[in-house]
Amino acid sequence: MRSPKPDLRGELREHPFLRGMDPGFLQAIEGATQERSFGTGDPLIREGEAAKEMLLVQQGKIGLELVAPDRPRLSLLTVGPGEIVGWSWLIPPHIWLSDGRALKPTRVLAIDGASLRAVLEDRPKDAYQFMLRLVPVISRRLQIARIQVMDIHGV
Amino acid sequence: MGSETAAPPGSHEGGASPWAPAPYRVVERAQETADTATLALEPVEPAPPPGFVPGQFHMLYAPDIGEAAISISGAPSDPRRRVHTIRSAGRVTDALTRARVGDVVGLRGPYGRGWPLREAEGKDLLLVVGGLGLPPLRPVLYEVLAHRDRFRRVEIAYGARTPKDLVYYDEIQAWRARKDLRFQVTVDRAGVDWYGDVGIVSQRIPDMRFDPSSAVAFLCGPEIMMRGSAQALVDRGMSRSSVYVSMERNMKCGFGQCGHCQFGPYLLCRDGPVLPYSSVERYFALREL
Ligand SMILES: Cc1cc2nc3c(=O)[nH]c(=O)nc-3n(C[C@H](O)[C@H](O)[C@H](O)COP(=O)(O)OP(=O)(O)OC[C@H]3O[C@@H](n4cnc5c(N)ncnc54)[C@H](O)[C@@H]3O)c2cc1C
Ligand code: FES
Repeated sequence: MRSPKPDLRGELREHPFLRGMDPGFLQAIEGATQERSFGTGDPLIREGEAAKEMLLVQQGKIGLELVAPDRPRLSLLTVGPGEIVGWSWLIPPHIWLSDGRALKPTRVLAIDGASLRAVLEDRPKDAYQFMLRLVPVISRRLQIARIQVMDIHGV
Repeated sequence: MGSETAAPPGSHEGGASPWAPAPYRVVERAQETADTATLALEPVEPAPPPGFVPGQFHMLYAPDIGEAAISISGAPSDPRRRVHTIRSAGRVTDALTRARVGDVVGLRGPYGRGWPLREAEGKDLLLVVGGLGLPPLRPVLYEVLAHRDRFRRVEIAYGARTPKDLVYYDEIQAWRARKDLRFQVTVDRAGVDWYGDVGIVSQRIPDMRFDPSSAVAFLCGPEIMMRGSAQALVDRGMSRSSVYVSMERNMKCGFGQCGHCQFGPYLLCRDGPVLPYSSVERYFALREL
């Protein structure tokens, strides 16, 4: 883990997922945020492991992958700058549901999940705004998964 | 440079009957994927075939089997050669993909209205492509690259089912290496040896660089993909009339006589296959069409 960069606060404010959130809320989560860098091929998250952080992608590309016994590892979605990885840190039992691997040199802002949950509990108005951002991400990913299942190119 | 033009009545080949295909010989064949092949055809007769514009299609005839509508995927600048990329989806297309160099097949056309490339001149041009939507758009890319200075930014997002389903693989590498266009590839799913994007092609749209007030988009691929992509472009501020889609329906005559290809008020072989999204949006939603 690297020490936080001085402009981390600015990066947090400018990340598309958080841009425009209440300054008090952003200030409250700043102290729980760290920057992390990964080389190509490095794992970021692992299915079944504790989901302790929310990850905001700043640079690079992350492949979300599913591993099933007796089947080749399958890449289902790549996420890039401006996007987020996962919401398992929010929902009990806080366990990652897929693997995530850096597909090129990648930099993320990692917000401690327990601290973030506490701030959201304390600030219901901001929590609502936060959910208005998170739910569309989940909805879009569901839509993507549906289209993938439909196998639209395979007809 | 091509503009959208319907083939004028009687521009078909083959003499008296508009239904009669002209004989063409397979002069080159490339296996693109497990079920898809590209055939270059040249007329057996010495007369040159009529010209075409990107987005038009031919009716190709597999001897003793039948006909299928197949888009022209080669360069308009090559007057004799007619290139087609065909996926085996049934009896006719299966026979066509199995044709070998030297075999003779039948060809009628070109038919339909192509991509309105002139409208894109001086503007940003976006191509959003799914699966076998790339063959009908490849002639657009050839034209754009032959006259690159006429267009501003050129952005292409191409989605396929898996990395193994990408057509024109070597050409795509060359396009991706160019500085004067951006060619992004997404696959629906992949193994871990794929380091490119995974997801669906319309996900690339928020990241495309263009000026929505001065851009034209050409969309070709499965309908569900065109619908989602058109909406994503509209969400970014493009007008529905600057977004064009290429519609596919079963074709029989190809020249507006039989009514097989009706889509709402349009006969797609004559009024399409390329139509502005503003004209077709409401018919997209009708399931039985
Ligand atoms: C304007 C236009 C441009 C096109 N361009 C291209 C192109 O560039 N390349 C290309 O490959 N295609 C293209 N197509 C699509 C192509 O025309 C069709 O795939 C083709 O007509 C199919 O004909 P077929 O006889 O091979 O298949 P058909 O036998 O008619 O089968 C068509 C569909 O029915 C299914 N099917 C076949 N037999 C059966 C059965 N017994 N029971 C149930 N289902 C069955 C097949 O799986 C397939 O999905 C284009 C279509 C249009 C309208
Ligand atoms: S195919 Fe006959 S009218 Fe269009």
